[in-house]
Amino acid sequence: MIPAAFDYVRAESAGHALELLAEHGDEAKLLAGGHSLIPLMKFRLAAPAVVLDIGRITELSYVRDAGDHLAIGALTRHRDIEISELVGSQAGLLAAATSKVGDPQVRHRGTIGGALAHGDPASDVPAALLALRATMIVDGPDGQREVSSDDFFTGFLETAVGEQDLLTEIRVPKVPDAGWSFQKFNRRAQDWAIVGAAVLVNGGSCGVGLVNMDSRPVRAAGVESAIAGGADAAAAAASAADGLEPPADLNAGVEYRQHLARVLTRRGLEEAGA
Amino acid sequence: MQVSMMINGTSVSLDVEPRTLLVHYLRDHAGLTGTNVGCDTSSCGACTVHLDGEAVKSCTVLAVQADDREVTTIEGLADGDVLHPMQQAFHECHALQCGYCTPGMIMAAVSLLDEVPNPTEADVREGLEGNLCRCTGYHNIVKAVLSAAGGDGGAS
Repeated sequence: MIPAAFDYVRAESAGHALELLAEHGDEAKLLAGGHSLIPLMKFRLAAPAVVLDIGRITELSYVRDAGDHLAIGALTRHRDIEISELVGSQAGLLAAATSKVGDPQVRHRGTIGGALAHGDPASDVPAALLALRATMIVDGPDGQREVSSDDFFTGFLETAVGEQDLLTEIRVPKVPDAGWSFQKFNRRAQDWAIVGAAVLVNGGSCGVGLVNMDSRPVRAAGVESAIAGGADAAAAAASAADGLEPPADLNAGVEYRQHLARVLTRRGLEEAGA
Repeated sequence: MQVSMMINGTSVSLDVEPRTLLVHYLRDHAGLTGTNVGCDTSSCGACTVHLDGEAVKSCTVLAVQADDREVTTIEGLADGDVLHPMQQAFHECHALQCGYCTPGMIMAAVSLLDEVPNPTEADVREGLEGNLCRCTGYHNIVKAVLSAAGGDGGAS
């Protein structure tokens, strides 16, 4: 399968990328690692007139200790996050979720920012960032803004990143002493999760992000408030699917996904020490 | 557009469309047909090559993304008539049946050992999760990778 023809433009810096976005507008698609966009282009589900390659902007590839949080450049590859000692020790849940993305070849190319901007509800990393209460930094024509992970995913494959915006950084609170668990249920190696649960337990509170349980990456808010109210893992997990509208497909129907969400959330809470 | 890269130590520069995938650049333009196209959807790993020393699926990389970079294909592993240790191990352990997945499997395995030099059997099985063998000959493939690593995967 071969993508539709396009014009190729390479951005040399974040500022250059914003200029090119302003110039090409909605005709352009940003290309980072390409592991979400290129498959869509091969299926002709996406056929941008201009592909704007930001994959060589090295200034946006980093993991830094920024005091109370980790600052992760949007173009940091999954592989680099998976093996980062900083991420492993300060936000182990993110390292664990990232290590479950695709396979080693995919993780050598795919980036955290690319995965987030794609906004796929079946993706592993968004669930971890929701549980961790991460903040996304978005640069646009009107300057830079912070978007909480709760406000970032706006719909199916839709995010708060506008057509002239560039996601530049992900800020992840440091939680070295928190318990965590990433539960991914699939039928075969390297498959997307049928359902997944990212669980963070920090003192008496917890964060739960769910994979493939709605049209966008979501938190299990009912579980979080139940834990905060003193419920045990089993009781809290019973509300994991409340209010959510999971998809039905060849792998699983709605009821089965709701069941998986409750089971995986309970296992996650137990493993994370809730 | 002109896309240039170092392939197996040789500088190559070709005029191709921007939409050209790396696997087609290698096979159809550079004449290196050792890299196979399997599923064409970044699932099966038959098209695995090294980009700057790391395994990638060349059906999901644009050739222009490899511009000015180093690519190694299965043709670049052997030293003349002397097989690469991973190729030798596949040969000795009979780690192939039909052979279609073999180039990608070997490239993924070499990349795996670069990152995990002394893998356990579990490391190998998980590390090769991006490569499918439709003959399901995984047992001897895992044996070959452990043999190339110089260990037995902690079995003894």
